[in-house]
Amino acid sequence: METVLAITVGIFFAVSIYLMLSKHIIRILLGVSIFGNAVNLTIFTSGRIVREVPPIIPVDLDVPAGITANPLPQALILTAIVISFSFFAFLLVLAFRTYQELGTDDTDGMRVAEPEGEDLPPMGY
Amino acid sequence: MAVQTGHSVDLAGAMVLAATSPADWLVIAPVAIPIIFGAVLLIFRHETRPQAGVALIGLVAGLVCNVLLLMRILDQGPVVMTMGRWLPPFGISFTADVLGASLSLVATLVVAVCALYSTSDIGTIGRRYGFYPFLMLMTAGVNGSFLTGDIFNLYVWFEVFLISSFGLLVLGSEHRQLDGATKYAILNLIGTTFFLTATALLYGAFGTLNMADIARKADSVREAAPLTTLAVFFLLAFAMKAAAFPVNFWLPASYHTPRIVTAALFGGVLTKVGVYALLRTLVMLFPPERELLSGVIAWVAAATMIVGVMGALSQTDLRRSLGFVVISSVGIMLAGLALGSTEGLAGTVFYAFHSMIVMAALYLLAGVMNGLGGSYSLRALSGLYQSHPMIAAFALLLMLSAAGLPPASGLWPKVMLVRASIDAGQPWLAFAVLATGFLTTLALGRAFILAVWRPQAADGAPAATTSPALGYLTIGVFSLLVLFMGLYPQPVIDVAERAAAGILDASHYIGTVFPEGAQR
Repeated sequence: METVLAITVGIFFAVSIYLMLSKHIIRILLGVSIFGNAVNLTIFTSGRIVREVPPIIPVDLDVPAGITANPLPQALILTAIVISFSFFAFLLVLAFRTYQELGTDDTDGMRVAEPEGEDLPPMGY
Repeated sequence: MAVQTGHSVDLAGAMVLAATSPADWLVIAPVAIPIIFGAVLLIFRHETRPQAGVALIGLVAGLVCNVLLLMRILDQGPVVMTMGRWLPPFGISFTADVLGASLSLVATLVVAVCALYSTSDIGTIGRRYGFYPFLMLMTAGVNGSFLTGDIFNLYVWFEVFLISSFGLLVLGSEHRQLDGATKYAILNLIGTTFFLTATALLYGAFGTLNMADIARKADSVREAAPLTTLAVFFLLAFAMKAAAFPVNFWLPASYHTPRIVTAALFGGVLTKVGVYALLRTLVMLFPPERELLSGVIAWVAAATMIVGVMGALSQTDLRRSLGFVVISSVGIMLAGLALGSTEGLAGTVFYAFHSMIVMAALYLLAGVMNGLGGSYSLRALSGLYQSHPMIAAFALLLMLSAAGLPPASGLWPKVMLVRASIDAGQPWLAFAVLATGFLTTLALGRAFILAVWRPQAADGAPAATTSPALGYLTIGVFSLLVLFMGLYPQPVIDVAERAAAGILDASHYIGTVFPEGAQR
């Protein structure tokens, strides 16, 4: 099971990095979104894969009866999902506003903050 | 439903049963106070008039707690508080040591002074956009990063200050801001996601996220797990956050676009969080891996210094020039990380204090110059010495400080770093630090000559005659600190050396989190 997930994670990383290398903001954002999912799966796999045994200790015992699922990665992933979702929502709105205002989603064309062919500083006075 | 089982549970094995002593609540005060004030300001964000005053009260309260916390730590060693009373590896620990608490103190100080300046810079519209709530939440995120003792929690605090910084950056939604913010937001998000990847792999190797727990288990895990790969991941992620060459390109694209007080906050505080995280992970958690990577870090440091200052030399716009100076200062801090000796790391920590204050002050100074001369361009600014000699004095002191010349604060950390480089048998790194100082003198000295010394151009717009009282006050406070650290550096050097010693030998840190010693 770990092998399958490891390969899946690898594919996710490859796809996201390919998309993030694009010049177009929307592709980069799709890449960022897949990147986040790749990391979530990495956390999940790092927590070791166990069948769906709830980590509940029976009434008359002090420790779980057998191996149970690890709840911590799920808490971590939940946090990471919430964060990456809110970031993604913000970035989508930002990218859309940028596209509306600048008329392009090509990063090569976005030269408002750093215009081409600027004056060099004066050599003296 | 509570079921009566007649089964008594011994809580002492899992929970801290003693009540937290009131003094220990200081550990979370620098984070909790800004969050509470930020939330209140967010609720009342349409009441624009009292926003600044309330924010300042919150920041001053946070500053007082920071001072008390640092004094307590200097007196009694690291302080720990674990959330939910779970015993440390299970609950999230806040662990304040000298390094974290001192950086948190300086950061809160810089934010508070910038907030004072912002009362004149941020008008009704900026307040309606939520400048002050974002400012408070960013402070909470930065302080949380400095004080937390849990690596996943560190990630969460990174995201807290990152999303607040997005809000500050696009405040006003001008074209330039949207352009800069797009690049800043995407590249920083990728950087923190790398950090999360590294955290996932670290959890897979260690099964714990508590930094003290990781530090004490690292030796036994080292044979079985690829810790060098982990260290490289952390290096990449935090170098991106700190804007080290070659992953620095988001910084010059964005730092000149927002309001000047936002630029001052970012240039002063945010990159240092990346440097802090590098110190915490590489020096405290993975020392042998840092040793292995020290050659790479040294080259990255030298390249960051030189590339940064070259960029500063080529810019006409004062703010863009300062953005590159921020990058070169990150390179200087990384030099200490590459050396790894107590003196080198102490130099890095001292340089971080100095750089937070000086960079924020220089950005505010640029804002004041723009207010007086009507432009940020070195072609347009002139004659400030004639009209405002005090501004000329501040500018000279701050530029000397950023370049590392006496009598200002930049001198001593550079002396420490240069001596540590020579002691470590790497004189070329010392040469890089000194060459960067020389080139920074050129870049900033030219700005000083053109903007301040050059006589008023005959056809240029006359400089405004009103003096910006808040500008004088805030830059004056920063200048006094710079002068104090330059003329009487010993207390600061002592704190920096204790901070460096605290991460080089983590036994005290671990002993605070796990008082009973290594029981497993």
